[in-house]
Amino acid sequence: MSHAADLPPGVAVVVAFFVVLGAGLTLVGSFGFYRLRSFYDRIHAPTLGTSWGTAAIVMASMILFSALQSRLVVHEILIGIFVTVTTPVTLMLLGRAALYRDRAERNPDVPAMDPPKGSLVASREDDGEPAAAVAQPDVSGP
Amino acid sequence: MSRIFPYPLMMASLVVVWLVLTSFSPGQLVVGVAVALLAGQGLAALHPVKPRLRRWDLIPKLVAIVLYDIVRSNIAVVSIILGGPRRVRRSGFVSIPLELRDPTGLAVLSVIVTSTPGTAWFDYNAARGVLLIHVFDLVDEEGWRELIKSRYEHLLMEIFE
Repeated sequence: MSHAADLPPGVAVVVAFFVVLGAGLTLVGSFGFYRLRSFYDRIHAPTLGTSWGTAAIVMASMILFSALQSRLVVHEILIGIFVTVTTPVTLMLLGRAALYRDRAERNPDVPAMDPPKGSLVASREDDGEPAAAVAQPDVSGP
Repeated sequence: MSRIFPYPLMMASLVVVWLVLTSFSPGQLVVGVAVALLAGQGLAALHPVKPRLRRWDLIPKLVAIVLYDIVRSNIAVVSIILGGPRRVRRSGFVSIPLELRDPTGLAVLSVIVTSTPGTAWFDYNAARGVLLIHVFDLVDEEGWRELIKSRYEHLLMEIFE
């Protein structure tokens, strides 16, 4: 498997490009995670690693092993699919916990329980008791 | 027939996954089919909602749009993170009233919103059908509403409803 010397230089350049791209995106995501200040901003940075960060490394692996074994190696694509499909689970868990805490503390930066737009009749009607609406736990959602 | 194959699509993809992971051979095909049959029975015992796919032909279009958007927003988020405080960036929540009600369609939408850097799915009010997302670089709230609805929601509704 580790016959890297047999690799044609053209393929090696392509593989190296994708590995560096994927690693670079993941690094930038981690750096953003460190540099950004609010929870809601920070949640966006690691998405770089779970989208093209993963995809580029998966592509590099598929190209490398397809070239080395002279057959199509595609099972890495499963890693990409499963990372993509499972990311929303953790993100929603963390995000909704933070949102719930901020709403319970009545933080003005997050929207209250009732979405602000006038398209919703109910939010017009409980204008009298906004505090009660904020304090209610949110039981809806996916 | 439907008792043995309660979820034909899921079971077929399990067989494919098994074969891809174990490098194709007749023996592995038998094992893969056995695993798929067992998993199908297990899943049937849970009685999940069976997704209905109305428009197969639109799925490649959706995948292409999403892949393109992910590339674009990767570039946008990288340039914001590395760009430093050169310009004032405002992030914030956007609530979007959705017409899409199909659970599978909503699940796909959540994967799309989450895997696109710069947008994160936070809350969905099932009673009102209002989605709450957080946008990393919020310039135009109405624009985001329009984008989610016209770019993804209509397509998902055509596929699933």
